[in-house]
Amino acid sequence: MSELNKLTISDARAKLRAGDVTSVELTEACLKTIEGAGALNAFVHHTPEIAIDQAKAADVRIAAGGAPDMCGIPLGIKDLFCTKGVPSQAGSAILNGFKPEYESTITQQLWDTGSVMLGKLNMDEFAMGSSNETSTYGNVVNPWRRGNDEAALTPGGSSGGSASAVAADLCLAATGTDTGGSIRQPAAFVGITGIKPTYGRCSRWGVVAFASSLDQAGPMTKSVRDAAIMLAAMSGHDPKDSTSADLAVPDFEAALTGDIRGKKIGIPKEYRMDGMPAEIEKLWADGTAMLRDAGAEIVDISLPHTKYALPAYYVIAPAEASSNLARYDGVRYGHRAKLAKGEGIDDMYEKTRAEGFGPEVQRRVMIGTYVLSAGFYDAYYRRAQRVRTLIKKDFENVFDAGIEAILTPATPSAAFGLGEMADADPVQMYLNDVFTVTVNLAGLPGIAVPAGLDKQGLPLGLQLIGRPWEEGDLLNSAYVLEQAAGFVSKPGKWW
Amino acid sequence: MSIDKDTARRVAHLARIRVEEDALPALAEEFNAILGFIEQLNEVDIEGVVPMTSVTPMPLKRRADVVTDGNQQDKILKNAPDAREGFFAVPKVVE
Repeated sequence: MSELNKLTISDARAKLRAGDVTSVELTEACLKTIEGAGALNAFVHHTPEIAIDQAKAADVRIAAGGAPDMCGIPLGIKDLFCTKGVPSQAGSAILNGFKPEYESTITQQLWDTGSVMLGKLNMDEFAMGSSNETSTYGNVVNPWRRGNDEAALTPGGSSGGSASAVAADLCLAATGTDTGGSIRQPAAFVGITGIKPTYGRCSRWGVVAFASSLDQAGPMTKSVRDAAIMLAAMSGHDPKDSTSADLAVPDFEAALTGDIRGKKIGIPKEYRMDGMPAEIEKLWADGTAMLRDAGAEIVDISLPHTKYALPAYYVIAPAEASSNLARYDGVRYGHRAKLAKGEGIDDMYEKTRAEGFGPEVQRRVMIGTYVLSAGFYDAYYRRAQRVRTLIKKDFENVFDAGIEAILTPATPSAAFGLGEMADADPVQMYLNDVFTVTVNLAGLPGIAVPAGLDKQGLPLGLQLIGRPWEEGDLLNSAYVLEQAAGFVSKPGKWW
Repeated sequence: MSIDKDTARRVAHLARIRVEEDALPALAEEFNAILGFIEQLNEVDIEGVVPMTSVTPMPLKRRADVVTDGNQQDKILKNAPDAREGFFAVPKVVE
């Protein structure tokens, strides 16, 4: 029973139900693979005892019959999710030693279905970053390399640990979160599938907050079918999150019919950026042709405020972060600075936060503080919220005109080298999210699907954007794209 | 709008993040690069546009005003860097 860790959720489900494998066997295969993958730095807190206990319980449940789809499936959990009694640090030194006394709603739902927790996954500090280089645990390394070049590449961010772990088959799937592209960009960089559902589809309770009006969790998986299966287990109304929608969760997997004949798919001209690499342009054209060949009607559309999405995001997200991260003050949990004689409570706050937050988090908290400060609130924050209304209206206009999904590239480039952006202006890093951030601002579902390799042998992804609450329909379009693209490449093992 | 060293110092203090004096000029420069990027928003005609307050229009749910949990002082204090006699302990704030 070798290579069980390479299974998809759907294949594992079939084998578990047929009695061909046990959850304990699957879990042990993953744990063993994780042990040998330290070089990727994806798993940062290991929970093998919890995993084996959960796997044993899952096997009992499967044997009894009627177990849920996710029963017995070993998962990695992004460090942003609070997990009871297990370190949950959001990749930050300010939460050193923090072990929650509670479980996030999403992880609780996963454990209730019988899923197995292998451990916690590395990420950019407080989910702020596009390269997983801002984590207190150090960089995550992408299992993919540029041919024989040994240079270490980024898996993207902020869900970089999740991306790397799934691509390297350390787990069957992982949870991620997405505030501006943090599921979709890393998924594209490592050749896996990642979906950010409609804002409100999944509960945010117990997920460390970055920008509350933009944050959504979602699955990162090896196939579109797996994304459909796992998203269903993560979704649903939660009385503990007042922004979670009280809507029934459809059977997303049942929506995967493979039939998109007559579906209107929009190609937004504003996503054709100046200086876009020819390979990305070709990938996008190829993806368009695949959907057309499958019977979709391709329509050129315009989303005129696209170019203002990133600047609006870099007002709204830091503003919300400055407010959310005010709670890290050295009083209730995590790190507290040592004080010199005569220093008071303000010194404690200022020193604690200077020591506990890394440079990118400090920068964003301070930008957020500035744009919310007296005299600047209207000029920056209020203006950005009005621009956000216009960005959402752009999407509403095309959906009202009958467009059912929108196809774009997922990222403006393939994975870049770790450290390559070190001397760049922070804004250069922010441009990674240029194709994904509009979706968060408009609260829409978006999915990244691997669609090809570039000439260096690195994966590239396409993004499909759907209508609110139509994740099933979106997943079906993604399923068609996945089947047509036939992406099966895996990174060669060097670690 | 350009941020100088004094503004950077004021913002750092408002955010309760200690920034050493010699790090302020570089910080001000970073702020200016980011704010320069944000300035693009001034090109947008926002006349009559309502600021977004909720991305998915939904009324906030209400529930009965009753106590649903509590009595977990130990759990709440469990992660505190300094907890004494059932309280969070901090440096003296009142003389």
